[in-house]
Amino acid sequence: MAIPEHRDADISSGSAEQFVIELCGVSRSFGGPGALERLGLGRGSPVIHAVRDVSFGLRQGEVLGIVGESGCGKSTLARMVAGILKPTAGEIRWHGKPLSSLRGREGKAARLKAQMVFQNPWSAMNPRLRAAEIVAEAPRIHGLIPRGEQDAYVAHHFLLAGLDPALGDRYPHQLSGGQRQRLVIARALAVVPEMLVCDEAVAALDVSIQAQILNMLMDLREKLDLTSMFISHDLGVIEHLSDRVVVMYLGRVVENAEVAELFERPNHPYTRALLEELPRIDGERRPFAAIEGELPSPLNPPPGCAFHPRCPFAMERCRREAPALLPVASGHLSACHLNDMA
Amino acid sequence: MSAKPSKANDKTFRRPGPMLTLVRSFCRSWSARACLAVMSVIVLAAVFAPWIAPQNPYDLAQISMLDAMLPPGSRSMSGMIYWLGTDGQGRDLLSAIIYGLGISLEVGVLTAIFAGIVGITLGLLAAYRGGWVDAAIMRLVDLQFSFPAILVALMLLAFMGKGIGNVVVALVVVEWATYARTARAAALVERSKEYIEAAICLAIPVHRIVYRHLLPNCLPSLIVIATIQIGRAIALEATLSFLGIGVPVTEPSLGLLISNGSNYMLAGKLWVSFWPGVALLVTVVTINLIGDRLRDVLNPRSL
Repeated sequence: MAIPEHRDADISSGSAEQFVIELCGVSRSFGGPGALERLGLGRGSPVIHAVRDVSFGLRQGEVLGIVGESGCGKSTLARMVAGILKPTAGEIRWHGKPLSSLRGREGKAARLKAQMVFQNPWSAMNPRLRAAEIVAEAPRIHGLIPRGEQDAYVAHHFLLAGLDPALGDRYPHQLSGGQRQRLVIARALAVVPEMLVCDEAVAALDVSIQAQILNMLMDLREKLDLTSMFISHDLGVIEHLSDRVVVMYLGRVVENAEVAELFERPNHPYTRALLEELPRIDGERRPFAAIEGELPSPLNPPPGCAFHPRCPFAMERCRREAPALLPVASGHLSACHLNDMA
Repeated sequence: MSAKPSKANDKTFRRPGPMLTLVRSFCRSWSARACLAVMSVIVLAAVFAPWIAPQNPYDLAQISMLDAMLPPGSRSMSGMIYWLGTDGQGRDLLSAIIYGLGISLEVGVLTAIFAGIVGITLGLLAAYRGGWVDAAIMRLVDLQFSFPAILVALMLLAFMGKGIGNVVVALVVVEWATYARTARAAALVERSKEYIEAAICLAIPVHRIVYRHLLPNCLPSLIVIATIQIGRAIALEATLSFLGIGVPVTEPSLGLLISNGSNYMLAGKLWVSFWPGVALLVTVVTINLIGDRLRDVLNPRSL
């Protein structure tokens, strides 16, 4: 897949240098023929395109929300941004420099700058290490802790994440869900990141604790000037936290807009359908119109626009041709053929 | 939990160190304490054989053909009591068993250590790297498993000749694949958990991820396998010695003792094979029970 030219040039309004992190036509596929299969021994697994041709950028201090149904590639995208997975095509730029070109010490430093907060705090920590060691390990290895000050360093980051430093000698299984998630955040903060990637960071927690953790993340963002990427299927959370929202469908970005713009004037039929399902307190009863059908299999995506089998406005053109992500208003991108009709 | 803090950790942690906690929870079961006691007796007897055994069964000056094939409890010409009887050369069986235990344990433990190092390293590497590394290592394991263990060991020993070192080498070649397969299976489960992704994200070096994060979480199943494999190695070694190509006659293991006695079985002189057999059984069962208990204890949720 060719790397497309920078489509959202109008959003960046000039130099791309101001982006902390920028994705240019990033794709990631899984499966495909392995070493043995290429020699003609056996069949490889089918190729799954988890993320296709995604481009967007994050400015310093911005919170980007990513929404989409499960299986739309949100988590894969998060892992690429956090440097856990490498894109199979396209490029991720960190302060304007392609990540793949950074080697050795510089590459390691760049990798540490984006840290991930995981969805499941029960499996996100090595069960054999005590809490203090979980936080201290990486900064000690990377020489971020001054000699002899490990206890103070760990206590500082425990307090940042709202944990009692006395919990340092506990094992993860001796902590509650909320405490574990705070520990995951403390571990991420301990390597002094510029960016946090939160993959459904509160989905596994009780609702009362969700709010605490979300508020803490927002406080931290201001205190430490963190850029964040917040992935959720909970539109309420996204509306509350984000500055900008990216809507994904089957591995592609279908809409990208400022949060107020997106919630007031959604453009893409998929976004509109998602927003209609959002429950509101104002009590106005509306007919409940669920999106019909299932998310198609990424193994066998429909031709043309991936949303056309479920779209109430699908036309002949949608079945043949995939729509490009084009500006519909200032700072608002959408990928739908309907916009060409207007 | 509480009491005395361990020395290594008392600066950071108030709790007892991991080793102390482990030993305490291990001993909470009476059968574990019993096995530990039996194993200690076996190991101490094997290590201090020259001081404990009533005679040195391989010092020709101490044995007499006139004492051959005496039943258990007989008194020798010189007034010594043979508690377990004597064999065809007039050796005291109790002494021979104590010496033989040492040889068998040595072979079993050395095999477990070397096969473990080779197999676990390759298994973890296969699981962590995946792709062609995984494919290559696991096809080698399949190849290894497609030959009967005893056949491979026989061929290797026929090629290399007798000797404890050669037996260990042959058994390592036979057994590493079991460790590799178990280590890979356990590591694949752990590999998919998010703490490994977190470690990658935190740019922790690969060798540290493998040995500090992956390996300790795979240990419970590896320890169980290792103890079963010690037992298996001792049994295999006994088989090889029984067939006459294992340890040399000058360093008799339990297997060789059983082999010596097998000639007299039909003559009704069972004790010559029976008592070494009992020693072999008790050793292997004790090792396996200890491994089982260790598996329970090493589960972090039971601490």
